Amino acid sequence: MDILSEYGQILLILAVILGVFMAWGVGANDVANAMGTSVGSGAITLKQAIIIAMIFEFSGAYFAGGEVTSTIRKGIIDPLTLQGTPEYLVYGMLSALLAAGTWLLIASILGWPVSTTHSIVGAVVGFAAVAISVDAVHWGKVGAIAASWLASPLLAGAISYGLFRSVQRSILDTDAPYENAKRYVPIYMFLVGFMITMVTLVKGLSHVFKDAGFSLSYSEMCLIAALSGLLVAIVGSLMLTRIKRNTETGTGDSYADVEKVFAVLMVFTACSMAFAHGSNDVANAVGPMAAAISTIKSGTVTATSSMPSWVLLAGGIGIVAGLSTYGYKVMATIGKKITELTPSRGFAAELGASSTVVLASAIGIPISTTHTLVGAVLGVGLARGIAALNLRVIAGIIASWAITLPIGAILCISFFYLFKSIFS
Amino acid sequence: MATNALMSLFGRSPIQPLQNHMQTAVTCAQQLNEYFKAVAQEDWLQAEIIYNEICALEADADKQKQGIRLHLPKSLFMPINRSDLIQLLSKQDKICNSAKDIAGLMLGRKQVIPKAIAADMKAYVKSAIAVTIEAKVVIDELDELIGSGFGGREIDRINRCITKLEKAETKNDQRQISLRAKLHEIETSLPPINAMFLYKTIEAIGNLADYAQSAGEQIQVIIAR
Repeated sequence: MDILSEYGQILLILAVILGVFMAWGVGANDVANAMGTSVGSGAITLKQAIIIAMIFEFSGAYFAGGEVTSTIRKGIIDPLTLQGTPEYLVYGMLSALLAAGTWLLIASILGWPVSTTHSIVGAVVGFAAVAISVDAVHWGKVGAIAASWLASPLLAGAISYGLFRSVQRSILDTDAPYENAKRYVPIYMFLVGFMITMVTLVKGLSHVFKDAGFSLSYSEMCLIAALSGLLVAIVGSLMLTRIKRNTETGTGDSYADVEKVFAVLMVFTACSMAFAHGSNDVANAVGPMAAAISTIKSGTVTATSSMPSWVLLAGGIGIVAGLSTYGYKVMATIGKKITELTPSRGFAAELGASSTVVLASAIGIPISTTHTLVGAVLGVGLARGIAALNLRVIAGIIASWAITLPIGAILCISFFYLFKSIFS
Repeated sequence: MATNALMSLFGRSPIQPLQNHMQTAVTCAQQLNEYFKAVAQEDWLQAEIIYNEICALEADADKQKQGIRLHLPKSLFMPINRSDLIQLLSKQDKICNSAKDIAGLMLGRKQVIPKAIAADMKAYVKSAIAVTIEAKVVIDELDELIGSGFGGREIDRINRCITKLEKAETKNDQRQISLRAKLHEIETSLPPINAMFLYKTIEAIGNLADYAQSAGEQIQVIIAR
C-alpha cells in the first residue's frame, strides 16, 4: 500500500510506456505476418493493407480483446495470493512486459520465429511461480493455453484444408471455373462477415449493451450476424461485377481470371485477419499493462476489478504507431516474398487462421497468430494447393516454443527482483 | 528482421525452372533439323557450328538441372513427390544428351547419308523432334495442374495431351521401321562400317523420341500419387 501510494505515479507511467512499447512491437513485426499474405498475393496494395490493418486491428482489440486481456491479468495468476502485497503484482506485470519486449528484440535480431504471446505467458507464469509461489499459478489454465498452442495451428490447418477442398470442388475443378467463382465467392464473404459480427456481438459489445440496459438473445445475435454477413456478401458481389475477364473458358490460363475473383474475397479475409490479430495479440500486449494500472489505481488486488477501456485504446494506438513507423517495411518485404500464395489459396489460409484466432479470443485463450497462420498455410499445402513449402519452419517454431517459455520466465524473474530492490 | 516464420515457409517452386529446363532440352533437340540439313549437303563446317550450338544448349540444360536439384532440400513439402520430380528432370535431361550424342557421333566420322535414304532420314528426324514438342506441351501443363489443385478436368486435359504424345511416338516408330528397311535394301552397296553406324544413328534418334515420351508420361506417375 505504502509503496503504491508513494511511487504510484512513476509505476503508472512506466506501465503505460512499457505497454504501449509492447503494442508498438506487435504492430511493427506481427501485423506484417497477418497482412503480408494479402499483399503478397496482389489482392491489396501496401497502402490499402495499412489502412485495413489500422481500422480492423483497432476494432479487434477494442471489441473482442477483453477476454484475452482478462486471462493475462487474472486467469494465469490467482490474484488472491497477492492480496497482502499488491505491489508484487505491479512489479511482476512490468517485468513481464520488459522481459517479453527484450526477448522479442533479441529473437528478431537473431531471426527466430518467436511469438509475443508465448513470451508474455512464459514471463507471467515464471514470475508467479518463482517470485510468489508455485500455487499462485492456475496450472490448469496454463495447461489449457499450452495445449491450445498445439491445437490452434492444427485447427487452422484443418479449416483451411476444408475451405480449399471446397474451392477445388465447387470452382477450380469445374467446366466454368470463372462463372462458378463469381457464384460461390459471395458465400465465403458471407462467412467472413458472419464470423466477425458474431464474435463482436457475443464478446465485445456485451458489456456495452449491459451498460445501455438491454440484451440480445443468442438467436437474435445469429440473426444480426447473418444480416451483416449478407451485407458483406452484397457489397462483395457489387465489387465482383467490376472484374473484367481477359481469357475465354477452356484456354490454358483461365485460372488467372478466377484468381481475380478471389483477390476481391481476399480484401475481406484480410480485414478478418487484422480483426483477429487485434483481438488476440493486442490484448496480450495490454494485458499486463491493464493489470498493473488497475492495481496501482485501486491500491488492492481484486479479482473482479474492471478494466478501463482507455487501456485497450492505448494498445490499439500503439499497434497503429508500430505499423506506420516500421511495420509497413516488414509488410512490403513479406509481400514481395510471398507471391506463391495466390488469392484462391491465400483466402483459405487467412480465413482458416482468423476463424481460429477469433475463436480463441472469444474464449480468452492467448495464441500466436503467426503460428496459426503457418498451420493454415500448411493445411492448404496438404490439399495440394502450393508448389513448395519449407517444412524446416515447423522445427523452428517448435524450438521457439521450447526456448521462449524458460527464457521469458528467467528474464521476468530477474526484472522482478530488480524492480523489487529499486522500489521496496 | 533477418528472417520471418511466414516468409521462410514458402520454398522456391521447382515447377517453372523444370519447365524452363524442358524448353532448353527441346530447343537443343530441334537443332538436329538444321544439323541433318547441313550433313545432307556435306557442309561439315556448318555442321560443326550447329554441333557447338547443341553442346552449348546441353551444357545450359545441365546447369539448370544442377540448380533445380540443389533447391530441392528434403524439408521441402510439395504436392508432387520429390523423387518423381527428380526422375522427370533426368528424363528431360536425356533428351538433349542424346541429341548431343547423335550429332557428335556423325560429326566425328563425317558420316555421309546415302542419297537413297536422305529424304526419309530428314522426315524421321523431324518426327522425332515432333515427339519432343508434344512432350513439352505436357510438361507445360504442370503449373496449370497445381493451379487447379489437381482437378479432375485438368487431369483429363493432360491425359488428352499424353494421348497425342503417344500417337507422335508411334508415328516415329513406324518411320524408323521403314527407314531401316530402306537402309537394309542398300546396305550391301555401302562400306560395312558406314552401314553399321547408320543403323546406330537411326537407333539413337529413336531413343531420343523414347526419352521425350517417357518424360511426358512421367506426369501420369505424378498425378497418380
